Amino acid sequence: MAVIKVENISKHFGQLKAVDQLSFEVEAGQVFGFLGQNGSGKSTTIRMLLSLIHPSAGNIELFGKSIQKNRAAILEQVGAIIERPDLYPYLSATEHLQLFAKVRKQKVGANRITKTLEQVGLAQRAHDKVQTFSLGMKQRLGIAIALVHNPSLIILDEPTNGLDPQGIADIRALIKHLSIEEGKTVFVSSHLLSEIEQVANQILIIHQGKKMVEGMTKELLDPEKRVVQIKTMDDKQALAILLSGSFSQYILPREEGIFLKLPAHTIPLLNESLVNSGIAVLGIETKNSLEDYFLQITSNA
Amino acid sequence: MWSLIQIELYKIFRRPRTYIAFGAVAALIVVIQLGLKIDGDAYAHFLMKDINDTLTVDGKVLNGYLICYILLQLLLVHVPLLVALIAADMISGEANLGTLRLLFSTPYSRTHWVLAKFIAASIYTILLLIWLAFLALFVSMWIFGTDDLFLMKSNYVVLIEQNDVLWRYVGAFVFASFSLLTVTSLGFLMSSMSNNSIGPIVGTMSAIVFFTILSTLNIPLFNLVKPYLFTTHMNNWKEFFDIKVNINNEAIRGSILNIPKIKTSLWVLTMHIILFVTASVIIIKKKDILS
Repeated sequence: MAVIKVENISKHFGQLKAVDQLSFEVEAGQVFGFLGQNGSGKSTTIRMLLSLIHPSAGNIELFGKSIQKNRAAILEQVGAIIERPDLYPYLSATEHLQLFAKVRKQKVGANRITKTLEQVGLAQRAHDKVQTFSLGMKQRLGIAIALVHNPSLIILDEPTNGLDPQGIADIRALIKHLSIEEGKTVFVSSHLLSEIEQVANQILIIHQGKKMVEGMTKELLDPEKRVVQIKTMDDKQALAILLSGSFSQYILPREEGIFLKLPAHTIPLLNESLVNSGIAVLGIETKNSLEDYFLQITSNA
Repeated sequence: MWSLIQIELYKIFRRPRTYIAFGAVAALIVVIQLGLKIDGDAYAHFLMKDINDTLTVDGKVLNGYLICYILLQLLLVHVPLLVALIAADMISGEANLGTLRLLFSTPYSRTHWVLAKFIAASIYTILLLIWLAFLALFVSMWIFGTDDLFLMKSNYVVLIEQNDVLWRYVGAFVFASFSLLTVTSLGFLMSSMSNNSIGPIVGTMSAIVFFTILSTLNIPLFNLVKPYLFTTHMNNWKEFFDIKVNINNEAIRGSILNIPKIKTSLWVLTMHIILFVTASVIIIKKKDILS
């Protein structure tokens, strides 16, 4: 079952299209990596998932129900941190968790609060005021707030911001634990592919509000396969030929340029097929890694 | 809903800023009480300078009841500014801090949160008023004692027997709570339209000053709108201290001269509260939370 189902959502701020006809689905139990550069529309999308921003168009379903119509019931099962870890400086870590536990239907006991603080490594500072916390500690507390009521879906927007390498490793381990051990669905956004590729089962790359590419991490990172960009004298014609032939299964959805992800040994066949069809091939560029691919598509778009 | 109100009250009373208003009210009252205790007779003589030749007043003019009246005249103009400090920060302060998105991504609706915040801000306002009443009335009664209340109005004097005064103060404070809740709701409305605290606080204070000037100036154009301005009605707590007289010009115990005026003012203030809070809810419901 799709825990998150987004259909053609758009958000306009005046003339600016922050999100443009974005669609995707997240299956239960997955870690879904939502990638994009700063300002690409990730946080706007996440805010729409949480009904903090009203979409200009499109539908959002969480747990099979419309967020607009079933907001309360849906958000009961969701825990989220959004961008910066903004908290109340005059309250302690424990007080934050007590406060946010209070707005949930199910009772959250003191044991759960203690366990959550241990889970994010804040047990030692449980009673210290947040104004004495570093950015990394605030980020951990933000994650604890998202987890304290034991939600089924966890949405983490840039969760490693401000964390040191050990902190990043801890959060990565926590995400894996939540997914594998506890069966949670985790939707995690970042502008760093290196963070996401280590934890996510599925990746979606967004740029300027539009979906660039989506796929299973294993497939996108499959060493047997190569991401290639074909440059021809007539891209439109070339794409039409590829779509009608056996290479159509390898084509990656892109608005500009032709990208394919295909086994390395088929690259010469691809070239041959295009040449035989009368297409003048200017070049076939192999992308070495998903990181290159990410940079390539986001810088070219 | 009760959980949300508890949360909001908890946050209000954990902030050091909350206690500024309580401290400021206490400081002002204590300073005035001290001044009147030391030099009160001279002040009373000055107050009565126009009638000293024609009227002899027995007893203690400068008693706790009169001190309270003097204090309320002074403070009920300034307390709204202190109320605005908290009320105008209730939503915009959280938007500025970035915590509004945490609250609004919980299962409770924005309407619930806005109403809980308004109720919490109202409880704060009422507590501030109770604090003011305690210091201005009961502490003054303790320091200066009690006697008949002698008030100098613009062209007449009012003398209310001491056992006919206390209930009038209760009425005046209930009325004042409506006045201050109107300010709370105005601050709240300003707060719902902004993502920083300073703008709504200054905006609320400016609106109070602006409308007070309109209410005070006797210009025909302004007279048309005066009956609809909340500032015109905020000071009508004084009506509790205007007493009816019989044909012998003797005060009628337990009477109020102009009850309809009080009722009208309460109605106008209540309508303002409803209007401001409803507008806040609508604005917040439609707002994209970008902070």
